[in-house]
Amino acid sequence: MSSAINRRVLPGFSLSLGYTLFYLSLLVLLPLAACFLKAASLSLGQFWATVWTERARSAYALTVGASFVAALANVFLGLLIAWVLVRYEFPCKRLFDALVDLPFALPTAVAGLVYSSLYVPSGWLGQFLVPLGIEGAYSRLGIVLVLVFTGLPFVVRTVQPVLDGLDAEVEEAAASLGATRWQIFRRVLLPPLVPALLTGFALALARALGEYGSVIFIAGNMPYRTEIAPVLIVARLEEFAYSEATALAVVLLTGSFLLLGLVNLLERWSKRHGD
Amino acid sequence: MAKAIALSFAILTVMAGTFWLIIAGNRGGDSGALELLNVSYDPTRELWRDLNARFIPHYRQQTGKELTIKQSHGGSSSQARAVIDGLEADVVTLALWSDTDAICKKGLIDSAWQDRLPDHSLPYYSTIVFVVRKGNPRQIKDWPDLVKPGVSIITPNPKTSGNGKLSFLAAWGAVREGGGAEDDARAFVTKLYQQIPVLDTGARGSTVTFAQRDIGDVHLTWENEAHLEVAEGKGELEIVYPSRSIRAEPYVALVDANVRRKGTQQAAEAYLNFLYTDEAQEIIGKHHYRPINPAIQRKFAATLPPIALFPVTVTARGWDDVQPKFFADGALFDQIYTPKGN
Repeated sequence: MSSAINRRVLPGFSLSLGYTLFYLSLLVLLPLAACFLKAASLSLGQFWATVWTERARSAYALTVGASFVAALANVFLGLLIAWVLVRYEFPCKRLFDALVDLPFALPTAVAGLVYSSLYVPSGWLGQFLVPLGIEGAYSRLGIVLVLVFTGLPFVVRTVQPVLDGLDAEVEEAAASLGATRWQIFRRVLLPPLVPALLTGFALALARALGEYGSVIFIAGNMPYRTEIAPVLIVARLEEFAYSEATALAVVLLTGSFLLLGLVNLLERWSKRHGD
Repeated sequence: MAKAIALSFAILTVMAGTFWLIIAGNRGGDSGALELLNVSYDPTRELWRDLNARFIPHYRQQTGKELTIKQSHGGSSSQARAVIDGLEADVVTLALWSDTDAICKKGLIDSAWQDRLPDHSLPYYSTIVFVVRKGNPRQIKDWPDLVKPGVSIITPNPKTSGNGKLSFLAAWGAVREGGGAEDDARAFVTKLYQQIPVLDTGARGSTVTFAQRDIGDVHLTWENEAHLEVAEGKGELEIVYPSRSIRAEPYVALVDANVRRKGTQQAAEAYLNFLYTDEAQEIIGKHHYRPINPAIQRKFAATLPPIALFPVTVTARGWDDVQPKFFADGALFDQIYTPKGN
């Protein structure tokens, strides 16, 4: 990254940059611009009245809050899984490793359906949990559960290669110098992992913010309680109110963009401090 | 260098391939074979498959032409949006009048569309009925029973589902038809929706919640869906016919702008007119939709028992008025839910 600004050692710079820009524009920028343009057809007053109702605000709060909690849970779970997969040998390790990617491949609606079937009062898990007051279906907890599922691979896959690249000798050196196990984890292992953890967190968060398919099947979609922002967008589309729907989308997009920018800044900061 | 060039070529090939696929995909109609696209709503998949299988040989006999019919299914409103956005439907057979009318308003369907076919372009109709658990433990027999204390009701969100809209209108209209005032109807639906624990976004979602997840005491759903649900339920579920319900009207229409361009007008017209033949009406009845031909509907009295159906005009001035009055942002349905209520 740092020494890549050398003058064109590799040929084909303009060609590859051209393709990159072309693809980025065609696949990302153009649709986003269309979205903003459509939303711009509303007057400022209309825009505000659409995106800042009490109902919309509680939906944003739920979407961002649940995504945040889920991404955070993924950081801990993901680190643990990556650690186990990298550091230990056990039977069927490859199988477990492959399982981690499953949430990528599975249509998320299936995840929502399966989770809700497990956690309803008559479900396998629900029959024990619901009497204890833990409602994993048609509740906010349910939303977090499926978001943890869909975001899990991100942290594991970003942390795994970094952990793999860490020399065991560094730990041994720390131990021979008298460091306790906690000190080794805290001062030797964790610092180089922080940027990867943050990247994984950001990816899981971004995924969760936009998630629709799995959530609608487990949320119950009750206004003010378990209604996520994308459901509001769909509701506006059903009224053929395209501009209002895109206005909501623009708010979500801008919010996500700011949030991701913040995480990126944090990541850079941690990299600088890690060195 | 060689690698970069090879990579560029690979990218170019992929791009060219993609564009070719897109273009070729759009030209399906030019290859000589006649093809119709029927854009419909979710639960009609099996109905249209049966109807198409009968119509194709008919058309071959009459004209000597080989016809293929493609079907597209999804939520009624999103299907309408797809057609507005350029999906090349020859005919639309959507769940709600307002969805067909939205396409008409965009100029794709002639404004006189309803008068072009018999019975105002309505070859069949349907209604909203109740599905309850075996033995009807909560004794739910008619609309007022729904709001008895402790009864939990499942039906989709009216904002995102045609089934949801019709359930709401049926509940509203049942009060009005029973002599209640607008305020009574409002009080009734408010109470009813407070007893709904889960608002699914679509009809099939609600069916899963009720039948597979065992949530709720009663499910308000399409009559044809209710029959399927009970058949699937292996004796655990029963249909209850309330004393009255709404007449759900899934109109059919030719998409003029598309058939003109594709040269499929004649075939599409023949296709829609076929729906009114005795043969097609029988198939419609077999799939638990109510045939518009009363003689044929009577043949199915065992599965489609007589029920007093009221038109949508009992609830609002017409379909045009339903959206702003009940389901628009901040309208009546939204007022049921308040932040404090939860």
